[in-house]
Amino acid sequence: MNPILEVRDLAVTFRTGSMLNRSDILAVAGVSFAVHPGETFALVGESGSGKTTLARAANGLQEISNGSVRFDGYRIDGMPARERKPLRRDMSMMFQDPVGSLSPRMRVGDLVAEPFRIHGLGAGSIREETVRLLSLVGLSAEFVHRYPHQLSGGQARRVGVARAIALSPKLIIADEPTAGLDVSVQGEVLNLLNDLRERLKLAIIIITHNLHVVRHVADQVAVMYLGRFVEIGPTGKIFSAPAHPYTASLLSANPEPDPDKPRNRISLSAEVPSLLARPSGCEFHTRCPWVGGKCGSQPPDLRQQDDRRFSCHYPLAPGAQAPVKEVSHG
Amino acid sequence: MTVLAVSDLNVHFTTGAGELHALRDVSFDVSENRVVGVVGESGCGKSTLINAILNLLADNGRISSGSIEFSGQELTGLSRRQMRELRGPGIATVFQDPMGALNPVLPIGRQMRNIQYRSGQAKSEKDMRSLEALKRVRLPDPEAVLARYPHEFSGGMKQRIAIAMAVMMEPDLLIADEPTTALDATLEVAMIELLKDLQRQIGCSVLFISHHLGVVAELCDDVVVMYAGEVVERGSTREVFKNPGHPYSLKLLECDPARQTARRRDLPTIPGELPDLNHRPTGCIFAPRCPHRGKECADAPPDRQLDESHIVRCIRAGAV
Repeated sequence: MNPILEVRDLAVTFRTGSMLNRSDILAVAGVSFAVHPGETFALVGESGSGKTTLARAANGLQEISNGSVRFDGYRIDGMPARERKPLRRDMSMMFQDPVGSLSPRMRVGDLVAEPFRIHGLGAGSIREETVRLLSLVGLSAEFVHRYPHQLSGGQARRVGVARAIALSPKLIIADEPTAGLDVSVQGEVLNLLNDLRERLKLAIIIITHNLHVVRHVADQVAVMYLGRFVEIGPTGKIFSAPAHPYTASLLSANPEPDPDKPRNRISLSAEVPSLLARPSGCEFHTRCPWVGGKCGSQPPDLRQQDDRRFSCHYPLAPGAQAPVKEVSHG
Repeated sequence: MTVLAVSDLNVHFTTGAGELHALRDVSFDVSENRVVGVVGESGCGKSTLINAILNLLADNGRISSGSIEFSGQELTGLSRRQMRELRGPGIATVFQDPMGALNPVLPIGRQMRNIQYRSGQAKSEKDMRSLEALKRVRLPDPEAVLARYPHEFSGGMKQRIAIAMAVMMEPDLLIADEPTTALDATLEVAMIELLKDLQRQIGCSVLFISHHLGVVAELCDDVVVMYAGEVVERGSTREVFKNPGHPYSLKLLECDPARQTARRRDLPTIPGELPDLNHRPTGCIFAPRCPHRGKECADAPPDRQLDESHIVRCIRAGAV
């Protein structure tokens, strides 16, 4: 099956500083991946690792400085907005802030109908279609008259889902779709997306820092650090045996609701390096508990092993424990 | 010793749609040197509860009955000025949004000096104390931090600064309202470790509000489970997490994807909606969504004691 989205060597650069003191920030530094119809692809990593920038670039909302983005066979990077508009119908975005991404001056009915208006579709039946979409996301028809400030976080999120699926897209990019939601509502939103994925053969890119969610819903997962993928592959394999120390430490930093669970936590040293001063060699070496001889000088390649890729000179064996070292709390 | 004792607390708000009964008969204790977690979903009254404790209820809200005792002193009915005397060395608070807690137009050092207005010390002594507090929360280069403005720090660092300010006066009770919600998993874990260490160093009690069950399991000694303005269950964290006695606690724990060991695409949820608090049902508040409800649930359920500290507001407590 052909991928619905194919990203190659994608890089995004931001310019900062004054006229005389200009510097470039490489927010996304050459990543490649493909998402197939009916597949859920998860992007994980700390804030500032480039997840949202990558998603925006993949959706054509962010100009890229290198690489290519192919959607449904068409190359969309650099494509004029007018040509891209018909393709936009097939890719939609759920933004991070559920209430903030809805115009406060529009009613729910108009918000859900907006995609049809923009694309000049379904003139006669928009109202029926709106009510149908609302019921699909579990909101009754009376919601069409409400304004965003009259919605709870979970309801606003569902309106976001209704807008995202309105035009039956082939790809949905969901940026933190469950952030700030309660566990029971979180389950509802994820189940809804999953149900649509199955019925519509929808591909989903989900950005989240909730690894428990990733484990349940994602087929593939990519772990980002300072704008690069340090590990990418099938979710099950990566969760059971992470090869990259950063993946392992993220997984171990996952608080679990079990007071008796032994916590073999891998504690990371130092703060996250700045994108303006990337470390030499392997960019994770400043925080890596397993740091070895060549890590500080030689950048590791992203190497392929079976169906996953990772960039580490000394990949972890399954079940590896962090080396014990003296921790000072100065 | 009990540091904070809340008993039979009721809070009402006057709204356009009538009287809203936000908290009903809320009781729990925070003992000396304990970390107590308050969990529950949005709208369950967690924030109303701390606002009631801190005398910060909105103008249309009032404590209609019940008591809040802090180290033996009754807090309900205190004037804002009397309450202000208690803040700092008595009760300190860390709020959810660190940006909102810091003044964006003043450097950190100035803000930390300002909140020591009662100490009567010289400027240099106050600054020394600020530095100590920043070192305590393990911020690198604390001298430089004092000169900088809030926008120059990341979310995690701002939250550390807010915590430094809260613990500067070594309070007897630290109230932390979802302090890790805005943070990533790795930073969240670092924050839990930090709070644990500070609690031990200072020897204070902590009231920790969260909807993240994993964080509560790691940090808290005791836990209070709230639903729609009522405490449905309270007890030691181990008891509540291992043997939940209330159907809501059980459901809430089941819903957490972290509790599902086998991978499943279909995640559990709690069917139904929160009750309308303008028309609070007289019987069990959870009954409309409860899979175990019976005829007897139409009456207000008793607080059943399952063991010394484990109390459940359910007629069938422990039997479900």
